[in-house]
Amino acid sequence: MSSAIEVKQVCKRYGSLSALEDIDLEIHSGEFFALLGPNGAGKTTLISIIAGLSFANSGSVNVMGHNVITHYQQARLNLGIVPQELVFDPFFTVREILRIQSGYYGITGNARWIDEIIERLDLSDKADANMRALSGGMKRRVLVAQALVHKPPVIILDEPTAGVDVELRQTLWEFIQQLNRDGHTIVLTTHYLEEAETLCNRVAMLKEGKIIALDSTHNLIGKMNSGNSLRLRLLPDALPFPLQALQINYSNGLYELQIADYTQMEFILSTLRSEQIQIMEMHLQQPDLEDVFVNLMRKSRN
Amino acid sequence: MTGFVTLLYKELLRFWKVGFQTILAPMVSTLLYLLIFLHVLEEHVEVYPDVAYTLFLIPGLVMMAVIQNAFANSSSSIIQSKISGNIVFILLSPLSYRAIFFAYILASIARGLLVGLGVYLVTLIFFDVPLRLPLLALLFVILGSGILGAMGLIAGIWADKFDQLAAFQNFIILPLTFLSGVFYSVHSLPAGWQVISHLNPFFYMIDGFRYGFFGVSDFSPYVSLGIMAICLIVISTFTIRLLRSGYKLRH
Ligand SMILES: Nc1ncnc2c1ncn2[C@@H]1O[C@H](COP(=O)(O)OP(=O)(O)OP(=O)(O)O)[C@@H](O)[C@H]1O
Ligand SMILES: [Mg+2]
Repeated sequence: MSSAIEVKQVCKRYGSLSALEDIDLEIHSGEFFALLGPNGAGKTTLISIIAGLSFANSGSVNVMGHNVITHYQQARLNLGIVPQELVFDPFFTVREILRIQSGYYGITGNARWIDEIIERLDLSDKADANMRALSGGMKRRVLVAQALVHKPPVIILDEPTAGVDVELRQTLWEFIQQLNRDGHTIVLTTHYLEEAETLCNRVAMLKEGKIIALDSTHNLIGKMNSGNSLRLRLLPDALPFPLQALQINYSNGLYELQIADYTQMEFILSTLRSEQIQIMEMHLQQPDLEDVFVNLMRKSRN
Repeated sequence: MTGFVTLLYKELLRFWKVGFQTILAPMVSTLLYLLIFLHVLEEHVEVYPDVAYTLFLIPGLVMMAVIQNAFANSSSSIIQSKISGNIVFILLSPLSYRAIFFAYILASIARGLLVGLGVYLVTLIFFDVPLRLPLLALLFVILGSGILGAMGLIAGIWADKFDQLAAFQNFIILPLTFLSGVFYSVHSLPAGWQVISHLNPFFYMIDGFRYGFFGVSDFSPYVSLGIMAICLIVISTFTIRLLRSGYKLRH
């Protein structure tokens, strides 16, 4: 698999603050990758360095095999960035902006693609409105549109769904997923971890400028040592003896049982049945990316 | 090439869309200068024999308008996009540093030329201003506004706030303009001041431009032209290096 983005030993300092420390990261072509971390972890800083918006103090970055400093034009042609900040040019309309943006990339006569992006991002009503007249969420969509005008093979979205309504969030992700199926590499940052969990095949977690976890989403969640748990409210309120070994908690009338794998379910249910205990309420809890995240952040603090 | 043309088009559109402020307003203020100075000084000053002070003043004021607007164009464009953050769209693009430089400079030249031409055409309604060597005059406008466009680019890149830009304008551009002989011939100055005036690059812009009108000047127009061409090359090289270094733009 060829690599879309290669980050080698990148360090970035702001005065005495070390925003990135020795970051090594390889993102393969065709991946849907999430860069997660709390505020100030260094996500935007890393993206800026990949985009050439900021220079690293040391280390190197390649995009589709092109060094972002020495071959900046090739690297930038291959890259589409949705910046985190809501920036816009108040002098122009949405369509003008997209046409100008295409021109910067040496592209003319792409009106059909521009129309398609406008439609897919639900901006048709506002296509000829001045940028100033757009709401925050609409401005964010224009930012996404601007990143796509040149159909870049690698697309990085820095919190593209911040301040975007539920409906657009879904249409946006559908669009991005389609681009990913068409072969575009996608990197995103988000604070909505369920988004990352459903969309991304691989995740890097950043904290204080260091990568503290890097694995497939599946493995990361699988590694959660707590595993699945089952919560039960029983009538009568008593846990049969054979099940007591599984109990990890009891509160407000809910027994919490740890289950290592789903085959144990049958054992639990049949035990209850034979003791003639009724199940009044049942929740199956699976660990999600959020648990992994909280857990890792807590661990790295100690 | 498409990238460069697009950025140039965008920069031209930027000032054209607000032409009232960027073209008309400076024309009006230049004409006000002209009226005031004429009212106060007409009878008292004669700089060159056979050239009335009115006529002497007009090319200087035209060039002053060119200088100020060329500077204002690139500097305000850069600082506005820096402060609003939309400069990222240029920084993210594969535009070469040279393309960025030339697009901004040409837009500055275009604005300088438009304002200068506007002022000149309006004065023609009231005065009979000769223009002996129009091509030479044009060349001075292009070189002068090119140099000022580059200075504006540097100032815009350097300044973090509008106040800093205003300081650059008030403490560097304005004094250099006023002391360059817009309102007087440097020959009327004491010898020491004459030497200092010759260190001021703006002097050559105004003096050479004036030669284009009357065929008389304080200094050889061809030497002035050479000096300005060298200034433009030096400042352009410096500005392109500055863009490449990412100074203040890619921190
Ligand atoms: N221009 C700058 N000057 C000084 N410090 C900076 C600058 N940009 C970022 N930092 C610092 O670098 C660190 C990383 O910031 P960064 O913006 O990369 O975080 P982030 O992970 O994107 O956070 P968020 O989730 O809030 O967007 C922070 O401590 C921030 O204060
Ligand atoms: Mg960020």
